Amino acid sequence: MDKIPILRMGSFLLVTIQVDLYDRLALDLEADLVQMVNKTGSKGVLIDISAVSIVDSFMGRIIGNIASMSKILDAETVVVGMQPAVAITLIELGLPLKGVHTALDVEKGMNLLKSMIGDDHGDEDETDDDDTFAE
Amino acid sequence: MITGTKTKPMMMILSLSKDNIQVQKEQDVVLLRNRVREVAVKIKMGLVNQTKLITAASELLRNMLRYGGGGSCLIEVVTRGRDNGVRLTFTDHGPGIPDIEAAMRDGFSTGKSLGLGLPGAKRLCNEFDLKSKPGEGTVVMILKWANG
Repeated sequence: MDKIPILRMGSFLLVTIQVDLYDRLALDLEADLVQMVNKTGSKGVLIDISAVSIVDSFMGRIIGNIASMSKILDAETVVVGMQPAVAITLIELGLPLKGVHTALDVEKGMNLLKSMIGDDHGDEDETDDDDTFAE
Repeated sequence: MITGTKTKPMMMILSLSKDNIQVQKEQDVVLLRNRVREVAVKIKMGLVNQTKLITAASELLRNMLRYGGGGSCLIEVVTRGRDNGVRLTFTDHGPGIPDIEAAMRDGFSTGKSLGLGLPGAKRLCNEFDLKSKPGEGTVVMILKWANG
């Protein structure tokens, strides 16, 4: 059974998705991640999807779910490293991932998380530049 | 892409290669995505179009597994004059779709999903065809040209 590892880094949780996701795996990740947020009292979740070449409506929904569930548990979620082709496809599919914070890479994502947690109830819809560059 | 004009009749679409894959469980989806990618790379489809095609395939595969109880997918390389493309035909023998018009609408779902699968897949591809008979099954065909 495949499993996506969740790493703890200070008050953040770090998830790097390195495999092709199928539905069961994504659902397990959602459950594990929310459990981990609860157990560790993390303030932020960083999901790196730079190795993910396909995000369809189901996985998009899971990403949105993780963000909203963490939010209720007082943790912020930032999705980093989306490939340009994936961004194009998501919009054309009709899934703009509203309410999900994004950043271009892990470093920027970490900074965004820190800034969001730093000024506690800061801007609700602060999104870092989610413009995409061709690699 | 050249659209059919009066002076230039629509060219025949020819199939160059065929590959039929059975899809019965979720893990098969990953396998099929990879197979589609291989074929798309072979005809030099760009990365964005590849991603669109595979995403559309992923949506239709999910439908087939969830509502049709599994089925098969035919992967074809097709050609029309100088254009090459990939055609995917998904066939299942599930309950069929009673109201195709509703199913093609954004946000319509009989499950608890977002209802983006069918209309989204249509937007991501160049050609889309859905045939369904209640009680007999569903056949969905999508086609993406390498430069479409």
